[in-house]
Amino acid sequence: MSQKLLLSAKEIDIILHRLACQLIENHTHFKDTVLIGVQPRGTFLADRIRQILLNDYHLDTVDLGYLDITFYRDDFRRGEKPLAANSTDIDFVVEDKRVVFIDDVLYTGRSIRAALTAVQSFGRPSEIELLTLIDRRFSRHLPIQPNYRGRQVDAINQEKVKVHWKENEGEDAVYLVGK
Amino acid sequence: MSELSVNHLLGIKYLNKKDIDLIFETADHFKEVINRPIKKVPSLRDITIANLFFENSTRTRLSFELAEKRLSADVINFSAASSSVKKGETLIDTVNNILSMKVDMVVMRHPNPGAGVFLSKHVDASIVNAGDGAHEHPTQALLDSYSIRERLGEVAGKKVVIVGDILHSRVALSNIFALKLQGAEVKVCGPKTLIPKYIEKLGVEVETNLRKALEWCDIANMLRVQNERMEISYFPSTREYTQQFGVNKKLLDSLNKEIVIMHPGPINRGVEITSDVADSDQAIILDQVQNGVAVRMAVIYLLASKIKR
Repeated sequence: MSQKLLLSAKEIDIILHRLACQLIENHTHFKDTVLIGVQPRGTFLADRIRQILLNDYHLDTVDLGYLDITFYRDDFRRGEKPLAANSTDIDFVVEDKRVVFIDDVLYTGRSIRAALTAVQSFGRPSEIELLTLIDRRFSRHLPIQPNYRGRQVDAINQEKVKVHWKENEGEDAVYLVGK
Repeated sequence: MSELSVNHLLGIKYLNKKDIDLIFETADHFKEVINRPIKKVPSLRDITIANLFFENSTRTRLSFELAEKRLSADVINFSAASSSVKKGETLIDTVNNILSMKVDMVVMRHPNPGAGVFLSKHVDASIVNAGDGAHEHPTQALLDSYSIRERLGEVAGKKVVIVGDILHSRVALSNIFALKLQGAEVKVCGPKTLIPKYIEKLGVEVETNLRKALEWCDIANMLRVQNERMEISYFPSTREYTQQFGVNKKLLDSLNKEIVIMHPGPINRGVEITSDVADSDQAIILDQVQNGVAVRMAVIYLLASKIKR
């Protein structure tokens, strides 16, 4: 199994700051904006972006929630393994809010499709945007595109893109893993 | 993620500790779901579930139906009172007729012990036992343990006394299996006539003095006297039963600690438990009902995830 480094810790740091700046451009004070990390892997990215917004760009408050999409997925009973649920933690109402979904890798688009359905359980947002660290283009099954993308990657279907986070895997890095 | 070791929920005695942990972890997520503004998830939208009730039920039936609807399953209901069972149709024929309408799962309550096991051997659908005679009522025991876990943190090491009509109670038997599996200590308490012989073989102790039982326990699960299942008199009068085995506020206040009171319902107020106890903060009776929906959602979700197309 081959493994190629796509992004180093330094590159990830630069990209996260750029993404945070792009969010500020569109959302200024984040008064009516909420960030939602998509479980399980989008939560690390969402935490980081929020930390950068608060610490480096001195925003007062940025609402952040986690959304679990397990019960909204379209592949229930189709895979080999049963789907394990994660916790949903949204302590605000998304009614009339500008929601930004945050996920680490955008691949087929099916997770985001599920998230679009799931978030409706918490109200009707005024708009929904998508921020993703890695955009695997040419592999989409649905017409879903990110509003903010860290890096576009052309990977064939047999390959996997793995995002490592310091708080979980001990390092910040993105790898392309071959068969 | 692990999956259940069984394809049907026929009784607690067929489950292992890991199954119970998995059901509780899944129920935690559903408990969060049912407290949202929109209490519904689309997971089971291609699953059809038949609720077959050959015996009366209010709580269990509504709880199952709600759990199924919260998971977006299609639901059909059947009660024996208004069906062809009265015309002499057998159980297997009734169920196979229903299954030929493409039903994936059957939730069944039946007056005969073992009806669920029997059915699971003869029909091609996932079976959930919603009470079979005086045998088992597994989802009730699961929601009872889940409620204990929620109130006291864990079930292991807790002391539970089950009070009342143990002889006719499927709730008692399922609870004994579930509590022992999770490492709780269990005593049963009631008139000797309503305690089955050899119940000690299940690893429980018998206590006929209610005060002693309550002083020992952390949780008291109060059962109803099932007059409808009694062909003979097991105790002299309801009044005498209440004096010996009924729990009232005065008795609870005289204990040296605060115990948790549970009741599977329906309550006979003033018989096994007085109103001031049933409505007090010590009682978690309504929590049990709410948790029942979450636990049943978890059971149905986990069983449905094993149905392959």
